[in-house]
Amino acid sequence: MSFLRLLSRNRLALAGLIVMSVVVLLAALTPLLPLPDPDVTNTAERFKKPFSEGALLGTDHLGRDLASRLMWGTRLSLAVGFAAAVAAATIGAAIGVIAGFYGGRVDNVIMRGVDMLMGFPYILLALAIVAALGPGLMNALIAVAAVNIPFFARNIRGVTVGIAHKEFVDAARLCGMSNARIIITEVVPNVIPVIVIAMSTTVGWMILETAGLSFLGLGSQPPQADLGSMLGEARSALITNPHSSVVPGAMILVIVMAINLLGDGVRDALDPRLKSGALSRPMPTTMVRRTDPVPQPEGDGILSLRDLQTQFHVKDRIYKAVGRVDLSVRPGEFLGIIGESGSGKSVTALSIMGLVASPPGVITGGAVHYKGEDLIGAPYATLRRLRGDRVAYIFQDPQATLHPLYTVGAQLIEAIQSHHRTSTSEARARAIELLKSVRIPNAEARVDNYPHEMSGGMRQRVGIAVALANDPEVIIADEPTTALDVTVQAQILALLGDLRRERGLAIIFITHDFGVVAQLCDRVAVMYAGRIVEEGPTDAILNAPAHPYTARLMACVPELGQGRRQLAAIPGLPPVVDKLPAGCAFADRCPKAASACRSGDIALGALGPARKIRCIDPEIPVQEATA
Amino acid sequence: MSAALKLTDLSKTFPVGKRLFGAPKAGVKAVQPLSLTVEKGETLGIVGESGCGKSTLARMLVGLLPPTTGQIEIDGAPLDNADPATFGQKIQYVFQDPISSLNPRKTIRQIMESPLRYLHGMDAKARTARIAEIFAAVNLREEFLDRYPHEFSGGQAQRIGIARALAAEARILILDEPVSALDVSVQAQVLNLLADLKKKFGLTYIFISHDLAVVEAVSDRVAVLYFGSVVEVGPADQVFAAPRHPYTKLLADSAPVVGRPLAVPEAKETELPDPLNPPQGCAFRARCPRATEVCGVAMPPLETHDDRVASACFYPY
Ligand SMILES: Nc1ncnc2c1ncn2[C@@H]1O[C@H](COP(=O)(O)OP(=O)(O)O)[C@@H](O)[C@H]1O
Ligand code: SF4
Ligand code: SF4
Ligand SMILES: [Mg+2]
Repeated sequence: MSFLRLLSRNRLALAGLIVMSVVVLLAALTPLLPLPDPDVTNTAERFKKPFSEGALLGTDHLGRDLASRLMWGTRLSLAVGFAAAVAAATIGAAIGVIAGFYGGRVDNVIMRGVDMLMGFPYILLALAIVAALGPGLMNALIAVAAVNIPFFARNIRGVTVGIAHKEFVDAARLCGMSNARIIITEVVPNVIPVIVIAMSTTVGWMILETAGLSFLGLGSQPPQADLGSMLGEARSALITNPHSSVVPGAMILVIVMAINLLGDGVRDALDPRLKSGALSRPMPTTMVRRTDPVPQPEGDGILSLRDLQTQFHVKDRIYKAVGRVDLSVRPGEFLGIIGESGSGKSVTALSIMGLVASPPGVITGGAVHYKGEDLIGAPYATLRRLRGDRVAYIFQDPQATLHPLYTVGAQLIEAIQSHHRTSTSEARARAIELLKSVRIPNAEARVDNYPHEMSGGMRQRVGIAVALANDPEVIIADEPTTALDVTVQAQILALLGDLRRERGLAIIFITHDFGVVAQLCDRVAVMYAGRIVEEGPTDAILNAPAHPYTARLMACVPELGQGRRQLAAIPGLPPVVDKLPAGCAFADRCPKAASACRSGDIALGALGPARKIRCIDPEIPVQEATA
Repeated sequence: MSAALKLTDLSKTFPVGKRLFGAPKAGVKAVQPLSLTVEKGETLGIVGESGCGKSTLARMLVGLLPPTTGQIEIDGAPLDNADPATFGQKIQYVFQDPISSLNPRKTIRQIMESPLRYLHGMDAKARTARIAEIFAAVNLREEFLDRYPHEFSGGQAQRIGIARALAAEARILILDEPVSALDVSVQAQVLNLLADLKKKFGLTYIFISHDLAVVEAVSDRVAVLYFGSVVEVGPADQVFAAPRHPYTKLLADSAPVVGRPLAVPEAKETELPDPLNPPQGCAFRARCPRATEVCGVAMPPLETHDDRVASACFYPY
């Protein structure tokens, strides 16, 4: 059902679907319709004009009824086209699955053969096959199917290679399944959507190709009508009696266009990347719908978040990903945000510059002040000026930031030139300097590398170089070192530390690693279920966590140097943010939960002069926090 | 104690620049000949940075990759060149990415039934009973059986992966980064579950991870891998607390630890050695603060220093 809904969101595809349904229905009903025999010649009645008595679309050069021939011809063309598509898809997919699954020499031999077939011009190959087999509709079908097999084989092979290397295939092997069984039960069910996509985008062309062969007289033989042969036979009367060519020609046009529009729609609807609603075009900045009064700037932070609320509106559900978050950084300050996945760290970070995808994201309240100016609801031009220039992002996955088809140098130069008017040679010199500053060895040569030519650690450092390109005042780093090895991580943390000292850079550093927070951040905020539950100076919190969640989270993280031990796990899972309980979100997992914890909202209150906590029963007494 | 698993000179060389027929142009030595013994009931941790050969080693141990040289003995019986199904009854694998180790188009029941059916030839009734038993052991509810993998959180999916490995009734489990994809609170749940199962079923673990703290917390012994070779092996509480090999020391110093100031153990940018063009002598030489000319001449052998720790370095700490 959802597939049809997705498909119908694409107007053109819907139109294609409707047209094709009508055509197919008519073709299916042709034998039942009161049509004259399509093959009976009546030379006295030749070339009757359309809309004349007894012949709705006129007659052809032998006086045969064109309407009837069109219906029967369409029926045949569709049938042959579909049959060729099914044959090509089945054989091509089988070849592709086998080559992709077994790999190595099998793959090599098969794919060389396929490449050889693909080396021939397409239609020439089809002609050669028909020439060898002799004319006839069946042979045309074989030829069209054969020339399309390589296309399927290649596509399906690519997908199969991906699946054959998936861990579940290894798991199936270890469960004692034979290769044949693995192919049938593990691989094929996962490639079927791709086969359907490939078929739906090519069946139109196959109909056209069959028509082409018939047009040349190599397909359907007289008197049998298909669209191509009708066109071919009408060729000599093109000038004198154009209607006999226009009728089949128009039908071919309609069918091929409708099928291709429909095929594109099917592809888009089946493509998993687009399933999440991404088919609707995202807005350039996050949608803002604030009803409460906008908070005023406060304090001396260069960037401060006040009461920020970001939600995702998906169908009838509201996910409160960020629920009234207050945060602020001063120049030269490092603020850590720590929390488990889904706690709202990334959405908080993306909300700052309006980078949360809308739909479904909506900022429903609060403000983000950059030097006193509210960025929430700021015009796109303002945000674009600041993005990457004054406020830069570093993401966990450098692949998502770097374009695979441009060299890292080109991307750095573009980052610089989009905010500053500099000559390309100057920008290039600056790019090399930046790469050196993130300790890329041999930067003069590496600047011309493509992202895939670098290791993951190096790509991540390039991502950091891009962030540094315009000397930003604030960097928002979302787990920038989580995917890196510890030795590389140590270098990058050191680099960020240098930048703070040298340039007074402020950083909001998102992580789930207490060790990183301890070594890098002045202050830390702990998030749980979209809200800050504890905030304060890093040392104070790590030495004496006040919120039960912070304490338990720290206890379940093993730390180097403590030897072999049992870990204190937190039972259960965090709540889903579309169904937040009343009161404390941690209550279900908290050993100290009391009825007061669940009755009403618990505010983020002060704990001593520097700390804040959202709990009615902190782990440490207030005096201790003051001390 | 007796050896559950004994590796002798196990190595893997991947051919590169393959030709259609004939020998490949070159080879990458992903795992250099290595020998290790894992005692029954022991947890051997294996640490090392990305690309050092951890997963290649693991895949050889379960028969997913044929070794280039050497042999694997399980309970004293050699097991080379057998197919994964033979391995599967003796040694099983728990994957890093819990979701992608489950076929998205199969129900959990179908996934759980495979090892029972194809490794042990159980009939439907026996399978149902056995699945119930295993699910109880890993704290999963039986109503999950008719759902599909995408309906589960990472922690639950990893429990399912562990349940599948248990169903094969292997006594040795290779845990390849089993908790790195999980959140810390869930990570602790899964690690504790693994500890319980080990006690209950008398299992032997090989626990692979890049997270030194996790490895230290769960292992009896730890082997440190660098560029396809074991550079240090010893008791978990000693290897990181008092590293002998300079690489182990670099790892231990690089790990961020609460209460220790940020240190830059390596001043200059250094890359892993090029596998296509491996360095002469000690592979760690370019990064090593203690290196001398001697290190460039020969590979340092893995030598036992006291009876507990062995390291492969001419000038150990
Ligand atoms: N595009 C989206 N559609 C719906 N919900 C989303 C979307 N992106 C994030 N969320 C939800 O918002 C919450 C916070 O997510 P996130 O900020 O990514 O957490 P973190 O960064 O702390 O791991 C989660 O519950 C997540 O499921
Ligand atoms: S408010 Fe209550 S339930 Fe929540 S963390 Fe504090 S003690 Fe636990
Ligand atoms: S053998 Fe030499 S280079 Fe290698 S780790 Fe020891 S001291 Fe360093
Ligand atoms: Mg995140």
